[in-house]
Amino acid sequence: MEPGTSGSGGGRRTRQTAHELARYEALFAERTRGMKSSAMREMMALTARADVISLAGGLPDTSTFPPALYAGLMADVAGDSTARALQYGPTEGMAATIDCIVEVMAAEDTLIDPAEVLVTTGGQQVIDLVCKTLIDPGDVIVAEAPTYPGAVPTFSAYQAEVEQIELDADGMPIDALESTLDRLQAQGRRPKFIYTIPNFQNPGGVTMSLARRRRLVEVARERELLVLEDNPYGLLRYEGEPLPTLHALDAAAVGRGGASDLVIYLGTFSKILAPGLRLGWAVAPRPVLEKLNLGKQGADLCSSPVTQMFVAAYFNAGGGRAQMGWREYVDTLKDLYRRRRDVMLEALDEHFGESASWTRPDGGLFIWATLDRRIDTTDLLALARKSEGVAFVPGRAAYVDGRSGGSSMRLNFAGVPDDDIREGIRRIGRAVRAQVGLLGSLSGGPLPPASAQGAGEPAEEADAPLADVLALPRRDRSGTARRRRDR
Amino acid sequence: MSGARRVAVLKGGRSLERSVSLRSGAQVQDGLARLGHDVLAIDVGPQLVEQLLEHAPDVAFVALHGRHGEDGTVQGLLDAIGLPYTGSGPAACMRSTDKLLAKHLMLEAGIPTPPFCALSEQAIRELGASAALPALERDLGFPLVVKPASGGSALGVKFARTSDELPGAMVGAFSYDPTVLAERYVNGRDLAVSVLDASAGAGEERSAEASALPIVEAVPRREDFYDYESRYEIGMTTFVCPAELSAEATTRAQDLALQVYRLLGCHGVARVDLMLEHDSEELWVLETNVVPGMTETSLLPQAADAAGIGFDELLERILDSAFTR
Repeated sequence: MEPGTSGSGGGRRTRQTAHELARYEALFAERTRGMKSSAMREMMALTARADVISLAGGLPDTSTFPPALYAGLMADVAGDSTARALQYGPTEGMAATIDCIVEVMAAEDTLIDPAEVLVTTGGQQVIDLVCKTLIDPGDVIVAEAPTYPGAVPTFSAYQAEVEQIELDADGMPIDALESTLDRLQAQGRRPKFIYTIPNFQNPGGVTMSLARRRRLVEVARERELLVLEDNPYGLLRYEGEPLPTLHALDAAAVGRGGASDLVIYLGTFSKILAPGLRLGWAVAPRPVLEKLNLGKQGADLCSSPVTQMFVAAYFNAGGGRAQMGWREYVDTLKDLYRRRRDVMLEALDEHFGESASWTRPDGGLFIWATLDRRIDTTDLLALARKSEGVAFVPGRAAYVDGRSGGSSMRLNFAGVPDDDIREGIRRIGRAVRAQVGLLGSLSGGPLPPASAQGAGEPAEEADAPLADVLALPRRDRSGTARRRRDR
Repeated sequence: MSGARRVAVLKGGRSLERSVSLRSGAQVQDGLARLGHDVLAIDVGPQLVEQLLEHAPDVAFVALHGRHGEDGTVQGLLDAIGLPYTGSGPAACMRSTDKLLAKHLMLEAGIPTPPFCALSEQAIRELGASAALPALERDLGFPLVVKPASGGSALGVKFARTSDELPGAMVGAFSYDPTVLAERYVNGRDLAVSVLDASAGAGEERSAEASALPIVEAVPRREDFYDYESRYEIGMTTFVCPAELSAEATTRAQDLALQVYRLLGCHGVARVDLMLEHDSEELWVLETNVVPGMTETSLLPQAADAAGIGFDELLERILDSAFTR
């Protein structure tokens, strides 16, 4: 509490809490001030309703997992090792689960030493533990703009100051990163880590180019900064060639056979298997790993052995017993999500006006759409929820200041059936048209082009051979998005 | 007051202020239970009337904010099933919640309210109302506060500093209501005056007498007048009660609040929000809330506390209002 913050003259009686019922307020830690519930978040809570088509979730589609396989694996775990599954496990995670993690990372050509892994309770816990380990109040985190909405409350809870770098079609522009780092240095502020989602960014839908990945690793090395590489969707690529992880690029640069000393890698089983397992992992340089481990001991001692053993059983079944192996399952997910992405892109083409632009992700779960700059998507959500029965994530949720990104929205295609995607986009389109029409009649003139937010012109450093990998809408000189899909 | 009652606490609902209402409701439930009442909590939904008929409480405590709870809908239903309830009746609810109507009533009664203009979507579509914008801008000047004609949430309340910002601000506000108000921005201090009835007399002769509680001033923690949303967030605003005002300004504000309370026909309790303009020292009435928040940081409990009325006593007084209509 800060008595007297209103500070206008002596003798003024400041009461932040007048009633005894307000006693909690006096007990809350300073950091809870940052843990705010915004009006926007409260409105989003209202969208969880049966008659609302929600494109707001971050959900994979768990209905695709065969129930018989789930039952069989759980029975195996019970039959083989009930006592172990019901017991505490080691903080770093169970060896059999870590073997699975090594296998998943190898599928992205990222070779790691099992001793560098910490199994966590979802990928979200990695973000929390990294902040817990590295962030003192006022420390700087450099993140992308927009950034993962779920990281925003974590950063706020640790009282971090977040500098966000606006993405373009090739991910985080490293020249912009460098000038931000220079500016911070001039101010005597040193960021603790750079937070990036290089593949099919949440919520931006864009992928960091190879050239930028290389440069990011160089910059981090030059300046001795840590990078938190959040890679939940890397294996969910629907087109184009996979790009190396930052971890792998750094390990290759160091040449120590697998060990990166500046990348903290975040992985998860949530998107390639199931979020209900609450299993993710961190791969980190030893000194960082030790602190993460201590932090996890304080947080939850260990992640659930029941689900860790389930994962191990699933990977070991390896397609035997006439069942799907984990790679085949990922393949079925990819086919499903690719189709849903295409359904959504088609619906966007049909229902979003000329004043809108959107990203065309090569993988992942999300599309980021940006409307006429005068439309506030938080207000649009209020209208769309009420009059159309459809929900999305307003862009502001992806900005730490809670204000930028006001004309953008995140759309999830992965967890929603085709018909709901079409109908949902049609409904949003109708709400947008109503607002654009109203804007038109209020301003009595032609509409200005959409803002340059989101997928702007990629910087010149992009590798020429990569041009085909990046199937994202580019902007022409007038600032309007050019659609790659010809119709 | 005639001992323990069966009280249905109506809270939640589907309005944008659902979560505030749930917090208000929880505080009310706890307090009523402490007072020895038999409490039935109802998260208001499609089964509301059925639940009320089935459980047949003695009285309903309305802790609903926003649509349905504050606009007279629920009050009309409660009248229809003959269940006594706390606070204002349907007419006062409608007059207060409809900011446009409230402002016209205040103008007629000579109560100062910031100059304004209203625009409805229908008028834009069917009457070409957009053509009136230049005249509106000329009359009111900038900055303007643009807000939905109903609703007490910070959502949809916008600033327009220039002519360019006006259409976007209006379209934003239209997302919440088919009618929006553009109001001259008053640069000044945010004041809230809660008005509470006290019952006088006994038995059938009981009647209510309204009095104004000490004034609460909301002081934004950050000097950011253009972000309404953060101003309404807990921790972003410091409350001072009683507000540091001259005795004259205090009396004037309290008198104004009482006048508005009577003008709108409020009953039991209400909170009147005013601005004390920096330059002119003029008081301007912005709006009236007929179901003020009852959360731990709400203004009404703070004001009551400053008047020596504890939370439980406040609840008892509001509950009493159900029987003095």
